[in-house]
Amino acid sequence: MNVAATGVKFGQSVKRQEDGRFLRGKGKYVDDMILPGQLYAAFVRSPMAHARITGLDLDSAAAMPGVRRILTGQELVDAGLPALPCGWAITSRDGEPMKVGVRNALAVDRVRYVGEPVALVIAETQTQARDAAEAVMVDYEDMPPLVDVLDATADGATLIHDEIAGNCAFDWELGDEAATDAAFADAAHRISLTLRNNRLVPNAIEPRAINAQWDQANEELTVYMTHQNPIGMRMFYAAAFGLAAEHKLRMVSPDVGGGFGSKAHNYPEEVAVTFASKLVDGPVKWTADRSEAFLTDAHGRDHLTDVELAIDANGRFLALRADTQANIGAYLSSSGSLVPTYMYATMLSGQYAIPAIHARVRAIYSNTCPVDAYRGAGRPEAAYVIERIVDLAARELGIDPAEIRRRNFIREFPYQTPVVYEYDSGDYEKSLDAALELADYSGFAARKATSEARGKLRGIGVAAYVEACGIGPSGKLAKLGGGAGMWESAEVRVHPVGTVEVLTGAHSHGQGHATTFSQVVSDRFGVPIENISVIQGDTARIQAGTGTYGSRASVGMSATLRACNQIIDKGKKIAAHLMEVDYDAVEFEDGIFSSKDSNVTIAFAEMAFAAHAASGFPTDEIEPGLVATSFFDPPEFTYPAGVYVCEVEIDPDTGTVEVASFCAADDFGNVANPMIVEGQVHGGVTQGIGQALWENALYDPDTGQLMSASFMDYGMPRAGGVPDYKLVFSGVPSPSNPLGMKGCGEAGAIGSPPAIINAVCNALGVRHVDMPATPEKIWRLCQEREQG
Amino acid sequence: MTKISLEVNGKVRALDLPDNTLLIHALRDHLRLTGAHMGCDTSQCGACTVHVDGKAVKSCAMLAVQADRCSVTTVEGLADEGDPLHPMQQAFHDNHGLQCGFCTPGMVMVGIDIARRHGKPDPATVREELEGNLCRCTGYQNIVASIVEGAGKMEAQS
Repeated sequence: MNVAATGVKFGQSVKRQEDGRFLRGKGKYVDDMILPGQLYAAFVRSPMAHARITGLDLDSAAAMPGVRRILTGQELVDAGLPALPCGWAITSRDGEPMKVGVRNALAVDRVRYVGEPVALVIAETQTQARDAAEAVMVDYEDMPPLVDVLDATADGATLIHDEIAGNCAFDWELGDEAATDAAFADAAHRISLTLRNNRLVPNAIEPRAINAQWDQANEELTVYMTHQNPIGMRMFYAAAFGLAAEHKLRMVSPDVGGGFGSKAHNYPEEVAVTFASKLVDGPVKWTADRSEAFLTDAHGRDHLTDVELAIDANGRFLALRADTQANIGAYLSSSGSLVPTYMYATMLSGQYAIPAIHARVRAIYSNTCPVDAYRGAGRPEAAYVIERIVDLAARELGIDPAEIRRRNFIREFPYQTPVVYEYDSGDYEKSLDAALELADYSGFAARKATSEARGKLRGIGVAAYVEACGIGPSGKLAKLGGGAGMWESAEVRVHPVGTVEVLTGAHSHGQGHATTFSQVVSDRFGVPIENISVIQGDTARIQAGTGTYGSRASVGMSATLRACNQIIDKGKKIAAHLMEVDYDAVEFEDGIFSSKDSNVTIAFAEMAFAAHAASGFPTDEIEPGLVATSFFDPPEFTYPAGVYVCEVEIDPDTGTVEVASFCAADDFGNVANPMIVEGQVHGGVTQGIGQALWENALYDPDTGQLMSASFMDYGMPRAGGVPDYKLVFSGVPSPSNPLGMKGCGEAGAIGSPPAIINAVCNALGVRHVDMPATPEKIWRLCQEREQG
Repeated sequence: MTKISLEVNGKVRALDLPDNTLLIHALRDHLRLTGAHMGCDTSQCGACTVHVDGKAVKSCAMLAVQADRCSVTTVEGLADEGDPLHPMQQAFHDNHGLQCGFCTPGMVMVGIDIARRHGKPDPATVREELEGNLCRCTGYQNIVASIVEGAGKMEAQS
């Protein structure tokens, strides 16, 4: 008799399988690799925000020691290297397609942001490459820089791309404008606000890095790149840039040191390095330094929004309108058109039943680093808009902020919003109640009094967020302008001894997929987790996939489960023969095939061996081997949601804001591994607190220089600035995938900025404070407050 | 070029390096110990932290020649392959004190340094002591818990 196996369960806080190599210093990141004959690349970058290139002198640089090759933008264009694509087609209100400014891998005759690559130097050492890059002489003719959307759209503003009028890539809308206007006309109350969502630098601690190797004899290209989506990048490098045939192009992303969206894009530097690797005799490596990361890793956010909420006499929401100008930077990045449209305006209903919504979004070019997805990607901007205006409404109508939310919550699911999405499930009141209890909401007055006795101002802030994750279904996305399938694949290979390999196109950059994907398999097969390997990030091993971003690992885990189910189904067929019973009479539980019709049981590993031994069952009916593949295209998005409550304490003498407490109640549906999910929330909330209080990518309007371009100038959250968080999961399983998961990677960064700013406004008794709520800003408000 | 001799993870290593070589590059590129990472250019992030003569040092802020005749311990030197993890490493595993793993070697090395200086520090002390180490993934909560627990285990073992 077989004993039940000791697999771990989906839903357990299993310790991470991948920790050992990281803790021992044996992680393998791209920069750790030095290939035989290694060459190094360095970039000549524009020191100007906006200028014409009038001269380029390479002679003295080319004569420097170790220099193998210098490449310019014109050479790349002459060689036929295409411009970088923007992956999402948006159509303006007047029916015009979006206007895409040409972005070459290296600038040709004009530079449009500080740090834009102008030339590429390849040398034998990194130092030689950098020294030679410094020796490249570029003549620039200044043009006026435009860093803010208001400047870029002003009458007579210089055109950043000569052919794009008004510096406007598109003027797009979503929702029913007439219905919204009608609702506003009859509303008892209209609350309005203008707010900015500050520009952020993603700052994964591992900088971008690439090592590209061309094998001339076999016409094979191998690219090691720190990236969230190596399989997608292979497709781009082959199909869009023609760097090698797709079947001759191996893309490898080994361990990836954080991404937060910034490593999901197509960057000019990586394209240029890969192109250059085919011109020199040796692999070419480039690792960004932190200054390059600040200047050129696609930034996040940067919206200016006018929002207005119509409310009836009973405090119920009637309509919402938002008019947003999104600063997209000098060029449209990979998802630069998607983030401020379908990732943003589609979320403006928040957790509320709002009968009419209209959003207008203008995407504006500026002389700044291109903007793309950064943790949350459009959804934090939407949550900030709705949760600030709802909070302001509560304040101006004299309704408790928790009560006004409760009064307007969506209560029936599925719920079709006026802005595309159909929310699949949720229980918003449950999360609100859980968060309020966790935060001891009713005890706030006493804590405020205690703070006041110490000369401090205390405020409490509530924010309710909802987001769309698990991105698919592919067909629906295509109708909205998407150009790529959004399924995920999994291949489950069972070896003759019953050990298992899972090959997934998702790629972990900190999320612990080696553990959570293994949990799905261990739970299903009853195989011990140490007997399961998760293979990811190498196109030589995994053929198909779409990567990890947008909190979408649930898609890959669902594909994994479905592949496991195919294995079990085949295993039952084999076991039926071995046990000499009908297929329908075979059951599988805890790693054992059994049947009411037999006293014989077959352990999972015995079945695996039999599948490979190919005896005991008819191989004309059941093929030998035990491999299954699944491509899961989700039927609908998932909709994680939650309520965050935080308290801040402000020192009016210094203007510093301390986060005194932060409580989160999140509905992530079913949770694969609570320990890992808590970690995701900790990280996301911390990034949100960073945005609300310290972080700001600040460009000087006169020169276009990035003023906060190092860790000394940019307010990264540090351990001393954030509290211990209190978390509770109030999950309602999602019907949109077989595991009932919703996604958890971005939630913290979506819900926390409005919670913090609502608390700051509550403490100060002011209508609004733009992020980041720096000590200077707060100190000035405190001074105004004291002076009445 | 300058010849130096230093002890790294218990072994004496002789190197002949350009004078401007930083300790981090000597470790990563010349000795191929890639556990310490470069996360910034300004000695702010602490991903490169190693121990020099028993004290936590940012190896991007020190020339290799300055480490001549010093004893250097990197994260690889805390536990040999196949041996159990150092108590601080184990505490990071037990408390989910790492996600992408890139800042982790620096966090572990500074955690040991904190433990040596403070015995059993409270969380507030650990948070203050982590001023020079950045993590973008964890929000610090589990790193702080890891260091508090690791310090306790180190004290119990000593």
